[in-house]
Amino acid sequence: MMLLAIILLPMIGAAVPFMTERMGRTLCAYSAAIGPLIALGLLVSSAPTIFGGEVLYSQTSWLPSLGLNLNLRLDGLSLMFGFLIVGIGLLVILYARYYLAQRDSLAKLYALLQLFMMAMLGIVMSDNLMLLIVFWEITSLVSFLLIGYWSNQSDARKGARMALAVTGAGGLCLIAGALLIERIVGSFELGAIFAAGDEIRAHSSYPVILILVLLGAFTKSAQFPFQFWLPHAMSAPTPVSAYLHSATMVKAGVFLLARMYPALAGTEWWFYLVTFTGMATMLFGAYNALFKHDLKGLLAYSTISHLGLITMLFGFGTQLAVVAGIFHIINHATFKASLFMAAGIIDHETGTRDMRKINGMWKYMPHTALLAMVAALAMAGVPLLNGFLSKEMFFSEALHLESMGMFSWIFPLLATLAGVFSVAYSVRFIHDVFFNGEPIDLPKFPPHEPPRYMIVPVEVLVGLCLLVGIVPNLTVAPFLEAASLAVLGEQMPEYHIAIWHGVNLPLIMSMVAMAGGLIMYSQRTGLFAFYERKFRHDEKIVFESRVQFSVRVAQRFTDFIQNNSLQRYMALLIATAVAAIGYALWTMPQLLGPVAISDIEPVSLLGAVILIIGAFGTVLLHHNRLAALLLLSVVGLIVSLIFVRYSAPDLALTQLSVEVVTIVLLMLALYFMPQLTPNESGNKRVARDILLAGAAGIGMGLITLAILTQPFSSISDYYLANSVSGGGGANVVNVILVDFRGFDTLGEITVLAIAAVGIYAMLNGLHLPLPQADGEGRRWDKEPHPPILAVMARILLPLALMVSMFIFLRGHNAPGGGFIAGLVTSVALILQYVASGTAWMQQRLRWRYRRVAVSGVLIATLTGIGSWVFGYPFLTSTFSHIHWPVVGDFELASAMAFDIGVYITVVGATMLILAHLGKLAQSSHSPRPATSKPYSSPELTKGED
Amino acid sequence: MLNSVIQITLFMVALALALNLWRLCIGPSLPDRILALDTMYINSIAVLVLFGMHERNSLYFEAALLVAVMGFVGTVALSKYLLRGDIIE
Repeated sequence: MMLLAIILLPMIGAAVPFMTERMGRTLCAYSAAIGPLIALGLLVSSAPTIFGGEVLYSQTSWLPSLGLNLNLRLDGLSLMFGFLIVGIGLLVILYARYYLAQRDSLAKLYALLQLFMMAMLGIVMSDNLMLLIVFWEITSLVSFLLIGYWSNQSDARKGARMALAVTGAGGLCLIAGALLIERIVGSFELGAIFAAGDEIRAHSSYPVILILVLLGAFTKSAQFPFQFWLPHAMSAPTPVSAYLHSATMVKAGVFLLARMYPALAGTEWWFYLVTFTGMATMLFGAYNALFKHDLKGLLAYSTISHLGLITMLFGFGTQLAVVAGIFHIINHATFKASLFMAAGIIDHETGTRDMRKINGMWKYMPHTALLAMVAALAMAGVPLLNGFLSKEMFFSEALHLESMGMFSWIFPLLATLAGVFSVAYSVRFIHDVFFNGEPIDLPKFPPHEPPRYMIVPVEVLVGLCLLVGIVPNLTVAPFLEAASLAVLGEQMPEYHIAIWHGVNLPLIMSMVAMAGGLIMYSQRTGLFAFYERKFRHDEKIVFESRVQFSVRVAQRFTDFIQNNSLQRYMALLIATAVAAIGYALWTMPQLLGPVAISDIEPVSLLGAVILIIGAFGTVLLHHNRLAALLLLSVVGLIVSLIFVRYSAPDLALTQLSVEVVTIVLLMLALYFMPQLTPNESGNKRVARDILLAGAAGIGMGLITLAILTQPFSSISDYYLANSVSGGGGANVVNVILVDFRGFDTLGEITVLAIAAVGIYAMLNGLHLPLPQADGEGRRWDKEPHPPILAVMARILLPLALMVSMFIFLRGHNAPGGGFIAGLVTSVALILQYVASGTAWMQQRLRWRYRRVAVSGVLIATLTGIGSWVFGYPFLTSTFSHIHWPVVGDFELASAMAFDIGVYITVVGATMLILAHLGKLAQSSHSPRPATSKPYSSPELTKGED
Repeated sequence: MLNSVIQITLFMVALALALNLWRLCIGPSLPDRILALDTMYINSIAVLVLFGMHERNSLYFEAALLVAVMGFVGTVALSKYLLRGDIIE
């Protein structure tokens, strides 16, 4: 429970700053610190247990069906990282209070920082690989928001996007790796994965797993060749850089290396991949850091270099190297965070970060200068500071490495070279900023010391650098011990942290690096010119151009398949179907099965002939739109008769109702459209379409024939057997709709309601030109509502409503149900619209059909939720028989309420569409606003190609 | 006896349907076609009722009822279109 609290406290705390923002900025900062402070207290209180070698666990059920539980662990490694995350987080909160300008929202930054803290704590404390990945992804997302904090700046947006793209892609690789691990181990639990380390390493897919997991770690920790996002993430506010890009986010990658070390390390693959990536990153970062004129740019590349160093140490794979790597994580976090903060102070006070302008700050801000110089010396690895200790260990490990045989000398050599660069850029940071003459046209002049409390976090961190550097065994030793134990388990090496080991090779390497660095810095003018000539390129431009390229490719592909031509869509769809059918027919051993074909009777034959003529006539006459519509109605009518003939009365009733609604709908639309379709398609297209349509039709016919002549047991037997006992209805179709597959129906009516509302939105405010005569040149009649029709229609309304009610009520046991009843009701209402007009109807029926449609969906959903109340799954139905006087035995099923929802949705949606299409003409009759342009629709008449 | 009468009548009504279709196809004017479709609806009612008698099932009468309602509304809509163009005004 306590472990859960450590993670949840910053998450709850994220909401606090928003509430206290109005009470002043200082109070806002204090309130933001409450959650992390308590979390820190909890960490401190559990530290003695962890130092004793124990591991704390906490298990909370979350998504047990997916094997994903909130299983947390607190071991030495988590504890060490936890202190870094919460401790530096608190310092950053204090620092940001003074860093941010008055116009920037503190609450937003604090909320995001705490969310980030929560996610980082989640990563380091997860006992489940999937859970770790969930938190991992949260850090990617929150860091996107943090880097893009100043979202009005283009650089910030682009930097944020780049960071998200790179770390997000790495996260996807990591997920793939985790899934592969799960397939071998059978669990995402870290304990099980560690125990199965040998199994994973011996498995044939080990290289793939390793590469995927490493891609995740390397992108997050900005390893070569993914390092480019980190310098561009520097457009974030400096507190964010100090927190994310020195202490936490970029350390998540190396944390993953440490975490997965027991399961994945110890092979040649691991050694070569991790060591060489780390080495390349270290050299690349150190080299580039020297040439950055931007203060934060220098720090960013130096961070890349140090992350490379840590990665390389984990790659070495020796126990002492792991200890050194963990040690350097701590040291780097402390000195780099303080350096970022110092850089932020200088930026804050001078208004620039360009080292060519900021010179001689020693005179203006000696306090800050002293602190920054100590931190920079720690970065360079000067004795008596923490950086020196871990660097010594690194040199010594590089010397002892023998894996490469006679080429092993390359490691100490390159390590020293990186050390030379590291000293050089540290010296540059100190000399360029604090000495080197007078400042050159600063935006703010003269600079002075920052507010007192802005510098406190730097003091704390620099103090830690000194303490660790001078008395390591009193300060950092227990953390290091516990963390190493968590990574290495049984194989803890004997080691001793000491400032003075006597004159040995590592010390000489340090000296060489110092001297080399100083010499290199003294030669800087020539080096800068060389760098400017050779190595200037902006990754952001490269990245953006790649992004734009992929957008263009995607756009071109979209344009190809989605070119606003309905013909193209149909052709693609039907061609796909033809291919699928063709394949199925091709692989079939013989077309006809053993089931005999029934006799052909004359009436059915005549029906088939009418159907075929109707279908062909529709195609042939399609240029005359109304005639084609009439023939299409014939097809619909005959299809309904066929449904009746082959005992599908439900389908027949539905088909008949849909038929009429379709006719009304199409005629409403036809009114605004040309009566004749112009002949646009060339012979080639016509031939293609005939071929496609013919193939699809014949293929469909053949495959139906093949299926129907095969003896097979369909699922209908199950429904027939269970309809009455399970759903309480004798009409299987309706029971399937409202009970067995009720969830499908709910989805469908939701789609129906959405479609209706969408059509309403499209029609709203549309003005169309009105035709003055029909297709054959007759003028329209003057009488809008012939009295005979109006009277007839009014008589028909109650009758039709009664039919609709009848069909609805008996739907559960005989053909009918909510859908058909809804259509019949709609048709009856539509008839009134046709006969008496919209105005007449609006006086009598004040419904808003939008609300009707939506409330239908709501009723159906509530019926489904109702079953939760009784402890059953969503949409479980029940039924019982009650005896009513006079009526007799009457069945009441909860599915009936669901069916009412279906009914109301159908009525609402149909009426919404038709009534508003009808209104379209009215609004077009009324004088249109002078500004609106005459409507023309290129899509409607445009052909393909 | 009844069975064969129904069979023969069914065939004749179906033939009538085919002839309606002929009229629908050749037109020549729009009212001709609409009338043809309406007649087709009416003949379908006959087919359904006859078929129901043949199968001795009253369910088909309901389908016939629905065809009657729907056919009427469809024809009204088409005629209204002929009259005014705009069917809902």
